[in-house]
Amino acid sequence: MAELAHGVHRPRSFIARYVFSTDHKVIGIQYMITAMFMAIAGGALAMIVRMQLAWPGEKWRLLGKMFPDGVEGDIMKPEFYLSLMTMHGTIMIFFVVSLALIGGFGNFLIPLQIGARDMAFPFLNMLSFWTIVPACLIMLGSFAVEGGAAQAGWTAYPPLSAVGAAVPGSQWGQTLWILGMALFIASFTMGGLNFVCTILDQRTKGMSLMRMPITIWTLFISSAIGLLAFPPLLAAAILLLFDRHFGTSFFLPSGLYFGNGLLPNSGGTPLLWQHLFWFLGHPEVYVLILPALGITLDMLPVFSRKPVFGYRLTVYCLYAIAALSMIVWGHHMYVSGMSPYIGEFFAIGTLSITVPSAIIGVNMIASLWGGSLRFPTPMLFTIGTIIMFGTGGFGGIFLGNATSDIQLHDTYFVVGHFHLMIGGVTLMAAFAGVYYWFPKMFGRMMNETLGKLHFWVTMPAFYVLFLAQHFQGLGGMPRRYFDFDKFEYLQKVAAANLHVSLTAFVLGAVQFVFLFNFFWSAFKGARSVKNPWCATTLEWTEASPAPHGNWGEQLPEVHRWPYDYSVPGAAEDFTPQTAPATVAPVTF
Amino acid sequence: MEAAIETREAYWEGGRGPFGIGWSKLMMWLFIVTDGLVFAGFLAIYGFLRIASPNWPDRSHIFHLDFIALMTFTLITSSATMATAVGAARKGDRKTVGRFLALTIVGGAAFLGMQAYEWSSLIRAGATLEANPWGAPLFGACFFIITGFHGSHVLSGLIVLAITMARSAAGKSRPAGIELAGLYWHFVDLVWVFVFTLFYLI
Repeated sequence: MAELAHGVHRPRSFIARYVFSTDHKVIGIQYMITAMFMAIAGGALAMIVRMQLAWPGEKWRLLGKMFPDGVEGDIMKPEFYLSLMTMHGTIMIFFVVSLALIGGFGNFLIPLQIGARDMAFPFLNMLSFWTIVPACLIMLGSFAVEGGAAQAGWTAYPPLSAVGAAVPGSQWGQTLWILGMALFIASFTMGGLNFVCTILDQRTKGMSLMRMPITIWTLFISSAIGLLAFPPLLAAAILLLFDRHFGTSFFLPSGLYFGNGLLPNSGGTPLLWQHLFWFLGHPEVYVLILPALGITLDMLPVFSRKPVFGYRLTVYCLYAIAALSMIVWGHHMYVSGMSPYIGEFFAIGTLSITVPSAIIGVNMIASLWGGSLRFPTPMLFTIGTIIMFGTGGFGGIFLGNATSDIQLHDTYFVVGHFHLMIGGVTLMAAFAGVYYWFPKMFGRMMNETLGKLHFWVTMPAFYVLFLAQHFQGLGGMPRRYFDFDKFEYLQKVAAANLHVSLTAFVLGAVQFVFLFNFFWSAFKGARSVKNPWCATTLEWTEASPAPHGNWGEQLPEVHRWPYDYSVPGAAEDFTPQTAPATVAPVTF
Repeated sequence: MEAAIETREAYWEGGRGPFGIGWSKLMMWLFIVTDGLVFAGFLAIYGFLRIASPNWPDRSHIFHLDFIALMTFTLITSSATMATAVGAARKGDRKTVGRFLALTIVGGAAFLGMQAYEWSSLIRAGATLEANPWGAPLFGACFFIITGFHGSHVLSGLIVLAITMARSAAGKSRPAGIELAGLYWHFVDLVWVFVFTLFYLI
């Protein structure tokens, strides 16, 4: 009866409903809008980076006014460039993709798709969001402090990140970066605990584990990986703070010179940070990419009107990827002087991940086979995800091999590869998800014409941009350089920078079509019916937008798996999970 | 036979929590795993630095093992009193709960006091985060940061226990809540066993 009361109760005041809300749907949308805001910031940083690479040494009047320290006399300083690329990486990985996929879709979808009224611990969920907000503000605010934002890269390698005198951004900027990341980790831990507990504990009657949509599986496994991988980074970040402010030398060896002085530190090593960072850093890319794959696999049956291919195998492969992802971090460190035998271990582990990944990829393509395909905007972005996953994955094979990685390490090949994977795959899937679940969020449809325009510009732009960077990397062009004019041998490949930049501007500009579509449709879009895509999963049996407490008086009961499309003998070509065996035969 | 199989599987069929435990207990266990991994990270760093260092100080010149043994004994004893309190809470014996929670708090506070005494005597001997009179400078950093991090966990555990005790005295706490506080307290004690072994014994 307590559950019933919870379902009927609805907070009245504006602040309780939309600001400090404990409703998982509101929190999910809050996460998503925060991610969009941070994407504008992180995207703008990327655009400034591309401006510098296209026209090095050019005068920028507006930038000079906005950042008088970093763009002195309207000309960009190298250290400001380092701030730009550091903060672009940090914001995009942790504050855009993580926020949108895990925070946004995770919060919005988990209770709706497993038939729960809310998260297991709604208050903790709200706290998780309101921990992320100051983290975002700290990250953005770090541009305004003395010396500018952090400049040691999103990986924050010492000694750059540990010694205040190393670069200007290593003064207050780096400290704020560490604080922002600590808040992010705290928020992610709260969210992750909630996700795992909710999925294990709050499933409705009949929703066995093997009847969960794959999106829920991926969110479950991602949260679990995150909970295992983030804590050691927290330990390392605390020690980095001590190195910076209290004179310890965990990550600093003896004999370091900065400015004109010999540092007094001794006994530590930067390699320690690298191991601890990548012990998180590598699993983190799977934290991001698994939900993208889950959303893709859930979208395919809806728009091909047939069951997903290889459900069980996909779930086992997700587990295999999760397990392997924890033991391959060393492939980011092949050039750190590690023993070739250890390198061999990491290379074999990394290449083994391609097996479950390829199986999932093949399952996606096989899910399309023989279906009656429809191509509204979400399906276009889903196809885009599959394509990016395939091509981006090929680059990973070269980088996972120690032999070829030693040539390609820290070149634009790496930049191109991870932008296709944790930029392209995740964003494509996130876009697909937004177009698809938008009616459930706001009760209205997004505009199809604008959506198609968004896709048909985004997709080719992504490819031109990041495939070109692969080739620049093969030509030996190193990443993180401020200016390539001084390098004779790079002139031929660096010449492509102008075209890459122009494509980047197009890619950046077209995202505003999406933003306009999102906010315009939220208020003015065509009204949506309960189940506009004729889908089977639980959330579509509820009104659009779903009410507070989700299910009215009675929790739904599940009788079948989520992919009963075109069941022989059924009246319609989709059978909702709540339909009992009398309506259509239960296949799974 | 068939019924047994059905109930075991029914835990995972939805509509109830796996193994019949509620989400709050599950969440506490998961939190303990993540928090344990933070300590694992710290101790792994410490182990690496110590093995890599050519002049790591000899522990027998620094620590008084008798005193540390007393500290450890106090903390482990407080785990036992905690277990008694949890058992009494299950039986609904509020008086015993209050008494043994108070004993647990006394044990934890005594541990913190002894730790403060140990810290101050080491600091008087010249140990800081940056240097120490016995050898590798990182010894002091590792020691103060890791035992300090553990001490902060003991402190937060004491706060949790004090709140639990107040709620229990007011008749507001349920046995499950006392059990959760107990889980955290046992975890803090277990971590100390690792810290104790790696700093003082080996």
